[in-house]
Amino acid sequence: MRAKRKQKLFVILGLVTLAAIAVGLTLYALRSNINLFFSPVQIAGGEAPVERQIRAGGMVKEGSVARDPDSLDVEFVVTDYVEDVSVRYSGILPDLFREGQGVVVVGRLQPEGWLRADQVLAKHDENYMPPEVAQALEEAGYSPEDYQAQAAEVAERLDAED
Amino acid sequence: MWAFIHKLGSPKWFYAISERLMPWFWVAAVALILIGGVWGLAFAPADYQQGNSFRIIYVHVPAAFLAQSIFVAMAAAGFVFMVWKIKLADMAAAVMAPLGAGMTFVALFSGAVWGVPTWGTWWQWDARLTSMLILFFLYVGVIALRGAFASRDSASRAASVLAMVGVINIPIIKYSVEWWYTLHQPATFSVTSRPAMPMEMWLPLLLMVLGFYSFFIAVTLMRTRSEILRRESSKRWVRELVGEGP
Repeated sequence: MRAKRKQKLFVILGLVTLAAIAVGLTLYALRSNINLFFSPVQIAGGEAPVERQIRAGGMVKEGSVARDPDSLDVEFVVTDYVEDVSVRYSGILPDLFREGQGVVVVGRLQPEGWLRADQVLAKHDENYMPPEVAQALEEAGYSPEDYQAQAAEVAERLDAED
Repeated sequence: MWAFIHKLGSPKWFYAISERLMPWFWVAAVALILIGGVWGLAFAPADYQQGNSFRIIYVHVPAAFLAQSIFVAMAAAGFVFMVWKIKLADMAAAVMAPLGAGMTFVALFSGAVWGVPTWGTWWQWDARLTSMLILFFLYVGVIALRGAFASRDSASRAASVLAMVGVINIPIIKYSVEWWYTLHQPATFSVTSRPAMPMEMWLPLLLMVLGFYSFFIAVTLMRTRSEILRRESSKRWVRELVGEGP
């Protein structure tokens, strides 16, 4: 009885391990398809297909948002602080859209290297804070966006050090 | 130690001990969810960017936590049932599945509702969202397998195997936001690291998470008790208990 239990235990562990390996290899093989978006570095490196619907993600570059006063047309630059992709969009932007904010842009990459967007999605990070804290940060000379950019820089530096 | 574990595996003993434990978990669940809910939804500060839509976090995060924890608990119970043939473990696994599926649905639905005002979309085929949807389908699969066999023993074994293999999805859900580019932000709530939000936002969330766990334990005890009565209805102690004894 005891030997039978042990055998059963090994069969189960073996089954789960094999399944885990299979799933792991599948996910590894599909890793580029699982990423929701291309980063500007990947787009600049020619990894993204041209004139097919893709998603590009990154931060809205500070000072890059230019709105057309007569229409909903807007132009901005998405950056990952290494490469930039300029985006043209006509439509309503999400409430969280602002400079320094993470965005995911759905659209077609043009041969000239800019992106014609059909949809703009805003990302937000996990650092929630009350408006007073954000205001206090601002009065101390940081904007919440600065604070986020700093956090992103620190994270990048830490990643680079690894 | 072993004597205690063997006792724990006895439905009769479990029925007696759970009767004493259950009220405490119900009280804890109601108190924590009430306090955490009112605090989080009415008194905690709004987020500087998202405003009041941020408050969905007080339902979304606890539900997502439970959805994953229940699956792990169900798989662990399935493992105990498969290796040591403890029927009580299988009863517990059987009653956990619908609650887990419900929590997964709440997490997905509250996430979609939250996505509209913040991200600007209900749904994206993002790694975190998709792996959570797969978790929901796994729950549905486990529930369906239990109903698909004529013999309860085959059904229990099939459901246990699916639960144990499906547990592979849990680390994928957890690390999806780190392994791949996703729309979903990284984890908000971690017991081990510094909270990513100030105390007056974080404490109600902690209460809600603890309250949801108490709710899960209370419901599981309650439903396992009725499952014991159902499956052991021919046993003498059950017949005596319900007043059909000799």
